[in-house]
Amino acid sequence: MKDLRLHVIVVGLLLLGGMLLAGCGAEHRFIKKISFKGTNQIEIAFAGPVDEKWAKNVENYAVYEEPDPDILLNITDVNLAQGGKAVILTFESDLNQTQPHLVTLQDMMAEGRSMGTALLTVKKLYFGYLFSILLGAMIIKNFVFTKYLGLCVFFGTSQKKSTAVGMGITFTIVMIASAMMSWFLYQFVLKPYRLDFLQIIVFIGLVSLSVQAVDTILRKVNPALFKAFGVYLVLVIANCIILAVPLILANSEYNAWESLMLAVGAGTGFLIALFLMSSVRERLELANVPPTYRGLPIAFITAGLFALAFMGFSGMSIF
Amino acid sequence: MPVTKKTNKQLFFNGILMENPIFRLALSMCPAVGISTTVMNGVLLGIAVLFVQVFSSCTIAAIKDYIHPRIRIPTYTLTIATWVTIIDLVLAAYMPEAYKAMGIFVKLIVAFAIITMRLEMFAAKNPIIPSFWDAVGMGLGFMFGMMTLGFIRELLGAGTLLGHDILGVRPLLFFILPAAGFFCVGFIMALFNYVELVFKRMKEKKD
Repeated sequence: MKDLRLHVIVVGLLLLGGMLLAGCGAEHRFIKKISFKGTNQIEIAFAGPVDEKWAKNVENYAVYEEPDPDILLNITDVNLAQGGKAVILTFESDLNQTQPHLVTLQDMMAEGRSMGTALLTVKKLYFGYLFSILLGAMIIKNFVFTKYLGLCVFFGTSQKKSTAVGMGITFTIVMIASAMMSWFLYQFVLKPYRLDFLQIIVFIGLVSLSVQAVDTILRKVNPALFKAFGVYLVLVIANCIILAVPLILANSEYNAWESLMLAVGAGTGFLIALFLMSSVRERLELANVPPTYRGLPIAFITAGLFALAFMGFSGMSIF
Repeated sequence: MPVTKKTNKQLFFNGILMENPIFRLALSMCPAVGISTTVMNGVLLGIAVLFVQVFSSCTIAAIKDYIHPRIRIPTYTLTIATWVTIIDLVLAAYMPEAYKAMGIFVKLIVAFAIITMRLEMFAAKNPIIPSFWDAVGMGLGFMFGMMTLGFIRELLGAGTLLGHDILGVRPLLFFILPAAGFFCVGFIMALFNYVELVFKRMKEKKD
């Protein structure tokens, strides 16, 4: 039994490694690596030093996004790096890094010899992209501390750690279920039949339905769990985040995996926020707070301090 | 709660002062923190909430006899969602700039606890005219709360009011930061508590 589990883990890791490697392969023998750099740059690393005269000529490069080959992107600057072994292309505007870009290098010249023409694909790792959506929803754009949603429930259930964890877990489960259902319904029913204007009504109905469904299923399947988490289910509907996520999904054209990541991120982000807040509020119980500030006012000020701290994450980009 | 005995005027001021949705009932906190950076935002969202509150209250008060008690909450939700969809489409068509500034919050009016609470507590038990005045009071109370927050944050953060330069300087840039919304609400709530405490002491002295 243990061996089997080990095998599964090894095979899984190999698959993951293979996928990661496949993402950064370059198609020409003279090109070692090609990747995005910053928001508006592409870096190309060569096997040997290239001629400066060739490299500095902007006309030798042609870059476009994979779906539209007619639109060439404007290159404003070409810089040599690593002693001529790498070239950094700077573009006029920010690159849409979710799309793969095709780069054509005309008649590469290295040490006086022609190395032929190369056609390269540069793209971001898809897993990295998914992971960045997850972390983005969880921490960088935390729904409670940077988008200010779900505050009623947030202040209502963050008095004790046990309550906070229970609420967070229940919320995450319902969030994932309802977000996936609403994504499906929006992509395959509302959009093809041009019923977009019904999205508010449909989403709020779906959310109530999924809360009711989780309630019924949990009651039958696991009564012990229902006893622990059942009280929080009603509160889930009153939480704006549960409605905000389907609306964001409908606006931003995510696919199924990306939607799942956003839903998981929103749920766990709420859990993190609740846990942090309840840890502080448990200590506040023992502190000597002025009578006018007792209860909600001091909780708001604590949340403000958290929000300031979370501002430190803003603008961060991973991968 | 039986049919209300309060006059229309009492109902109207009840929502603005005694049961102010933001500072007294502590409901609908999300927009109060999120987009109260300017007075204009407060006015616009206030109008949207007022519209939804008044129309849903009147609708529910009119059809309350035909709603089975077991499905009353879904009925409230659907009624609110319908009116929110209407105001959402109207704002998007006629005021695109303001609509963009308010972002997702217009659509999220449907999840504001204050509206559902008023339907359950008041409109479901009272005739149309008292429900109307109660809804107007609550909506204006919400608008008043949002405008107070917007006033403080815009004046202290940017030195302007409704876009006009008032102070000429920016006294505390901190208040325009998104996180300052929490502090503002916290301080104003503390102020309300303080006033209540002072009133209590005065009463005790009299006795």
